Amino acid sequence: MKQQLESIQKKALEKLETIQELRELEDFRVAYLGKKGELTSILKGMGSLSPEERPVIGQLANEVRNALEAGIAAAKERLIKAAREEKIRQETLDVTMPGRARKLGKKHPITLVLDEIKEIFLGMGYEIAEGPEVELDYFNFEALNMPRNHPARDTQDTFYITEDVLLRTHTSPVQARYMKDHKPPIRIICPGRVYRSDAVDATHSPIFHQVEGLVVDKGVTMGDLVGTLQVFAKGVFGENTRIRLRPHHFNFTEPSAEVDVSCWGCGGTGCRICKGEGWIEILGAGMVHPNVLRAGGIDPDVYSGFAFGLGIDRIAMGKFGIDDMRLLFENDIRFLRQF
Amino acid sequence: MKAPLNWLKDFVDINVGIREYVHAMTMSGSKVEGVEDMGEGIDKVVVGRILEMEAHPNADRLKICKVDVGSEMLQIVTGAPNVKAGDLIPVALVGAKLPGGEIKVSKLRGVESYGMMCSMEELNLTRDYLPDAPENGVYIFNEEVKPGTDVKEALHLDKVIDFEITSNRPDCLSIYGLARESAVTLGVPLKKPEIRVREEAGGNASDHVTIEIENPELCPRYSARIVTDVKVGPSPYWMQHRLAAAGMRPINNIVDITNYVMLELGQPMHAFDFSKITGSKIIVRTAREGEVLKTLDGQERKLDPSMLVIADAERPVGVAGVMGGENSEITEDTRMILLESANFNGTSIRLTSKKLGIRSEASLRFEKGLDPENTIKALDRCAELIELLGAGRVVRGIVDCNKVPKRQDTIRLDVDRINGLLGTDIPVEKMVEIFRALEFEVDTNTMMMKIPSFRSDIESAADLAEEIARFYDYNNIKPSLLSGKEAMRGKKSYKQRMEDVIRNTMCACGLNEAYTFSFTSPRVFDSINLPADHPLRKAVVISNPLGEDYSIMRTTMLPDMLRVLATNYSRKIETARLFELAFVYHPVEGQELPEQKSVLTLGMYGEDCDFLELKGIVEELLAAMGISDFEFRPEREDPIFHPGRTASLMLKNADGTFRKAGVLGEIHPEVAEKTECPERTYAATFEVAALIEASTPDRKFKPLPKYPAVPRDIAVVVKDEVYVADLLRAIRKAAGDILEDVSLFDVYKGSQVPAGMKSTAFALTFRSPERTLKDEEVNAAMDRILKSLEHQFGAKLR
Ligand SMILES: [Zn+2]
Repeated sequence: MKQQLESIQKKALEKLETIQELRELEDFRVAYLGKKGELTSILKGMGSLSPEERPVIGQLANEVRNALEAGIAAAKERLIKAAREEKIRQETLDVTMPGRARKLGKKHPITLVLDEIKEIFLGMGYEIAEGPEVELDYFNFEALNMPRNHPARDTQDTFYITEDVLLRTHTSPVQARYMKDHKPPIRIICPGRVYRSDAVDATHSPIFHQVEGLVVDKGVTMGDLVGTLQVFAKGVFGENTRIRLRPHHFNFTEPSAEVDVSCWGCGGTGCRICKGEGWIEILGAGMVHPNVLRAGGIDPDVYSGFAFGLGIDRIAMGKFGIDDMRLLFENDIRFLRQF
Repeated sequence: MKAPLNWLKDFVDINVGIREYVHAMTMSGSKVEGVEDMGEGIDKVVVGRILEMEAHPNADRLKICKVDVGSEMLQIVTGAPNVKAGDLIPVALVGAKLPGGEIKVSKLRGVESYGMMCSMEELNLTRDYLPDAPENGVYIFNEEVKPGTDVKEALHLDKVIDFEITSNRPDCLSIYGLARESAVTLGVPLKKPEIRVREEAGGNASDHVTIEIENPELCPRYSARIVTDVKVGPSPYWMQHRLAAAGMRPINNIVDITNYVMLELGQPMHAFDFSKITGSKIIVRTAREGEVLKTLDGQERKLDPSMLVIADAERPVGVAGVMGGENSEITEDTRMILLESANFNGTSIRLTSKKLGIRSEASLRFEKGLDPENTIKALDRCAELIELLGAGRVVRGIVDCNKVPKRQDTIRLDVDRINGLLGTDIPVEKMVEIFRALEFEVDTNTMMMKIPSFRSDIESAADLAEEIARFYDYNNIKPSLLSGKEAMRGKKSYKQRMEDVIRNTMCACGLNEAYTFSFTSPRVFDSINLPADHPLRKAVVISNPLGEDYSIMRTTMLPDMLRVLATNYSRKIETARLFELAFVYHPVEGQELPEQKSVLTLGMYGEDCDFLELKGIVEELLAAMGISDFEFRPEREDPIFHPGRTASLMLKNADGTFRKAGVLGEIHPEVAEKTECPERTYAATFEVAALIEASTPDRKFKPLPKYPAVPRDIAVVVKDEVYVADLLRAIRKAAGDILEDVSLFDVYKGSQVPAGMKSTAFALTFRSPERTLKDEEVNAAMDRILKSLEHQFGAKLR
């Protein structure tokens, strides 16, 4: 009987090696360990054994059972692993095939630039103010130190609705409106659409977008303006961007400056984009003119402030390398989906 | 303002290279737009005199010349038809590199030639600069020049700097003003040449003429000189060339002198033929109704009483500060002139020049407001030049009618305030130095300064700060970031955040953001089938538009969206999905400004685009904005949309009524055709304010279900015209609280159901938050639903 058991174990373990499928393995288990299995039937003959033999054979039988069960478990693991590997092999994809197209829409490049600028100034404690595009002459010009018949008005080819109502030529009237309704400290940016009577071509549009900035508080200096514009320029054009201020004249600021940033094309060494200058003019700025503060009901002997205004469309064109302004308003899907 | 460098150098030593100079001027506020080097590339070209000229033995058209070029005598063969012995001509020597190529010793039909005579074009010059150049052939000097002189010197080929002058600095619309800025910028003294007038004519100017100003508010000052024995002729080359380089055409010595003084000193001048001035009288007055004047450009001008004129005893002889009249023009026969140097009100000149459509060098200076103290100096300079050029004899004295009101011309130099505004620490000495260089008179005891008369732009401490800052260099100001100021909150408003939600949701739904113009053509209303009396046709009209296509402010964005879709469609783009968030403008009766409404517009055509796709996007948006109380109702009235495939979005008011917030649907086939959109084009438009008002910022957490759901389906056959929305409403009502969700999953029309009927199938989910539902409860609910559908809609279970 002992021999019988040992031979069963040997034969069974050899058989196990050859099993290739899970169902075969189950048949094997039934054949050996099932109620009518070989090992079971041998053990049924245990009754005929002597009392001395019984525990010995019993232990041996258990060992054989354990060995078979362990063998079956190992074989099962081997088969599952093999089956999984086979499945993986079969379902391998050509991962270089193109992905399935998604339908996510894109924001307009002007919105993208505007969002970036808003983020920078929100981070510095500015609020976002808005105002009407069809605007009173008073807020667009007079409150900004440009009385009627002032020659500076001629430089901003204005669309008029009536003598007193016009399409705002800049976002600066929002400054004037805001100062009337709010007391300092003031920190706002005013993004929006502006209008000038320019024919449409690659570099001009009668409608474009600006962001105006206004800060009024006690003791605001031109140094604060320079520092703020530096943060802005680095934020929009990159950490290595430098700015340069040149004296200029605007009626609503004094001192006034035109502000250049180091060229995004060449970093300042001169290239086609900056026409060899190394600098690109992007905004106008200055210390708020005392007359403008006064028009807003703010005492220029107590408060000072700075303001700046920049064109978004040109910045978007520069950032994205767009060479024709008309593309911004044409809305060709192939254009819009690039951003 | 174009300033020839050598002219500037009459008044200031420019001791740095041109690049450095240009940069320094830009950084001190006189922005340089460009520099033109007129003599660029013209080297080894000198003045030569043709001493002898003989025919070429082998060519009829060629001539052999002996030319004196100063240092030597050259044999030059030329084919120029216009030269003769004795002429002074430009000669390009061997080795000269002209824009057209290098000059070499050459043999022309067997005869050697050692140079080339040059035409205007070969010197890269234009007729504006050399008005006396022949149509073709070699340029011939009409003025004596020493042979051998470099042609750049002989023709005064200079570097011309183009300055951008801001409107507050009319004093810089002059060489002298720019020289003053240069002097302060470079830290060198300004040269102030003394003007000497000999006044040799005898008599007094006041014996010849009287001047009367009727409108001193429009003409505060009128100064004049009289010149006799005038000889009109061309002005010398140096003057012609400076005028031409500065962009003015030389005319004759008298006119050139007045223009020269205007460019040099910034004071526009005018010369009248005094023999044409009736009554020996100059009257400055407004024009009378119906008066006309032929101006120097030959145009008949209708004048009106808003315009200031210079008149004699009988008639206008010039439009003040804008343009002289032909009736008193300087001609070859002019023998006696009156030189005008006046000061006019800038606004008046500006309006007149606008009305007449004349922008002259004089008017563009006057309209910015000039220095009334400059008139005498300019007259004296004119007189000096007339004497220098031998153009006439100047009569003693100036007739000066001066009604300039006294103005505040002192200001305190508040050093602390200036430093406080700039954020700098500039010492008082430095500031005083800058102001003195700018010709302010500074009293260092009282710190009071007298503002020079040519700086009417200086009014306040801020103006003084700018003067200091621009010579200190803006870029030397130390940057700071509002340090020590109260910290402030930067946050978007609720409305601004909701607008972000709208844009983000639109993009997530596959719509691309469009930007279109806010003004449009009134004809777009026809293209979208708007009836003639439709309120949307009432628009804000632009009085001076760029053309009819851009002449009204839009009242609806749909035509723009359709145009964009049509553009994409015409470019063979298969699918386009777009949105725009922008304003429309509605005039309001009795109100100056129109109502500016924020509108969201959607538009799409192509793959997967149908009504339900559009509606799904709208539902997604409503969910994103937290809008739950709304209904879609069939919209049959909107002329832009397909009456059977369009819905209105109705938002529920607090009192249970509904208001319309927008429309969504398929574009009416006729409109699609007119606008060249695809047949199946979908669009929607919503009032953003209404959406935002209905939106909720807050989201409340709802616990996840603890008990199992019981799913059931029901399919019923109803008449075609029954709305699914009504069936759904009935199902919800009949089912009661235990119905968690119901959705339509199929609509079937065809052979399985009778004609005019449709089968609608719904998936229902029953669940209680408190317990596991019993089958009987659900069955009872299903019975109630079926009964309700049968009762209300005649539905039959399928
Ligand atoms: Zn560059």
